[in-house]
Amino acid sequence: MERSEDAAQAGMSNRWPEILVALFLFAIGIIVVNDSIRVGIGWEEGEGPRAGYFPFYIGCILLISSGWILFGALARFKKAQPQFASWVELKSVMQMLVPLTVYIVAVVYLGIYVSSLVLIAFFMKVHGKFGIVATTLTAVGVPLAAFMLFERWFLVPLPKGPIELMLGF
Amino acid sequence: MEELNNLMHGFSVALTLPNLGFMVLGITLGILIGVLPGLGGANGIAILLPLTFSMDQTSAIIMLSCIYWGALFGGAITSILFNIPGEPWSVATTFDGFPLAQQGRAGAALTAAFTSSFVGAFFAVLLITFLAPLVAKFALKFGAAEMFAVQMLTFCSFVGMSKEPPAKTLAVMALGFALAAVGMDTVTGTLRMTFGTTELLKGFDFLIAVIGLFGIGEILLTMEEGLAFKGKSAKIQLNVVLQTWKELLRYWKTSIRSVLVGCWMGVTPGGATPASFMAYGLARRGAKDKDSFGKGNVEGVVAPETAAHAAGTSALLPMLTLGIPGSPTAAVLLGGLLIWGLQPGPLLFQEKPDFVWGLIASMYLGNIVGLIVVLTTVPWWAAILRIPFSVIGPIIIVICAIGAYTVHSSIFDVVMMLVFGVFGYLFKKLRYPLAPLVLALVLGDMAESSFRQSMLLSQGSLDIFWANPLVAGLMLLSFVMLLWPIVPALKHYLRGRS
Repeated sequence: MERSEDAAQAGMSNRWPEILVALFLFAIGIIVVNDSIRVGIGWEEGEGPRAGYFPFYIGCILLISSGWILFGALARFKKAQPQFASWVELKSVMQMLVPLTVYIVAVVYLGIYVSSLVLIAFFMKVHGKFGIVATTLTAVGVPLAAFMLFERWFLVPLPKGPIELMLGF
Repeated sequence: MEELNNLMHGFSVALTLPNLGFMVLGITLGILIGVLPGLGGANGIAILLPLTFSMDQTSAIIMLSCIYWGALFGGAITSILFNIPGEPWSVATTFDGFPLAQQGRAGAALTAAFTSSFVGAFFAVLLITFLAPLVAKFALKFGAAEMFAVQMLTFCSFVGMSKEPPAKTLAVMALGFALAAVGMDTVTGTLRMTFGTTELLKGFDFLIAVIGLFGIGEILLTMEEGLAFKGKSAKIQLNVVLQTWKELLRYWKTSIRSVLVGCWMGVTPGGATPASFMAYGLARRGAKDKDSFGKGNVEGVVAPETAAHAAGTSALLPMLTLGIPGSPTAAVLLGGLLIWGLQPGPLLFQEKPDFVWGLIASMYLGNIVGLIVVLTTVPWWAAILRIPFSVIGPIIIVICAIGAYTVHSSIFDVVMMLVFGVFGYLFKKLRYPLAPLVLALVLGDMAESSFRQSMLLSQGSLDIFWANPLVAGLMLLSFVMLLWPIVPALKHYLRGRS
């Protein structure tokens, strides 16, 4: 696929990521302050500071600093912004992030061994264009090595799913 | 010369055959971690930490610290041969290291890098050997207020010294403290910010944050850069090593300067990355032929590598003596100590001298072993780097997921790793620093308890932080650091008016 120079350069500006991250931090700040007030930010007679005493100030610092970032981002809103990443770059990131997210969900339901096998096979086959033999060997070998290392040698059980259950583990 | 006696005793603890084996294993694992993208010192140790729980304490920490040395060495290999900094602190090494490799002098560049790393680390360990017991003895007199003042200084220094915008440094730091506060309050037993869920009861573990922020976040960044490894191959011959060593003697001034910069930046939490850049800048400014920098000057490899290692090593000084880590990796080591029931701080020197001096002795030995291992095994590491990312990438993800799970055997942690990973990527792109976040998460509980203890002592009056010259001095210094970023703005404003 050929891309012109411009298409490779075009991308997303820092504008919205900057604002959204600052808003997220601000929201966390509200949660922290709110919860600190709930558990008490004052002085318990005879006991000392209540549980929310310290986090309350932390929440305030978070509100002020994220508010400051947000204010700065909004003040620059109409001006030219540095690029966050080009579309080409974002596409590569998504090529990793989407399978990664599917993998994590799979780990929750299928356990770590089967999911890892699929993840490695997927990357080697789709992105690496490896042959069947190399792909199978690596994709089966890595989870198998992890199994031997953790379950057998170090006796640390890793998450398992229905398939391992069927095999009797 | 009490220190020398202690040190000799430490050598007798560290110099057993199994411990030497753990050193070599640790160094090898460390180089592997340093060479692979997405695995670095901090999260590599975080992942390997659960595996050491069954080991003897001293052996475990010797292996972990050797992983740390290995990771420091490994970063240089990728910078010089592939122009890809394996670690942030080896970015400055690429400036002159890669041009040297292109000119076919990879062997010389690598020898210079490894030797300088060794020199930097060696002087930092000397500093630790003689300064740490003094600092520890001094810190024994610290009360809660002094402890809090030192912690305050640590965090304010981040604001004053980081290159990132101060508001962002403050924001991530507060985020770290907030995450640390989640879960059961240790003093009153009140549940904070758990919202009735059982998953949040135990709070956020910083190991998970480290694996996500540094591991997954780095993988996403690596994808963005669209990795195509086009490296130079390397073999190091003995005569090249000897020749380079002879050449290095000429750069003694640069070495001393870089050691000083590194030690200073390591003890104060400036960290290895700014230290390496600063040393590189100083070396260029002081050189006669400034133009040769960036085109393959050996001195340009010596300066950043010496400083990075001096900083990386001396970051362990405040960690051991005050319980305050100077870098994220030192923070992970601190976490390891806490898990083994060792509370770093002044008391550690009195209660566990075997452990402390064994560790310090292992720093000497680990660096010597490390230098020999890297010099002899470089071609293999270069070969590992030629494995395509489509194989290495998913394997690293699997390793991260296993690492996150084994910390508490909790599947929720694996999900959190992904969340931290996405934020690691966003934060990196938007120039939020990650180190203060991790350090706040580690030190959050400690800082809170020393603050509350001070408040209890003073019955709620902030005067306790001005009560004696020591605590007042520390607080004053903290505020200077906190307000430091305003100075240039103020200068600019005043100049504009006149």
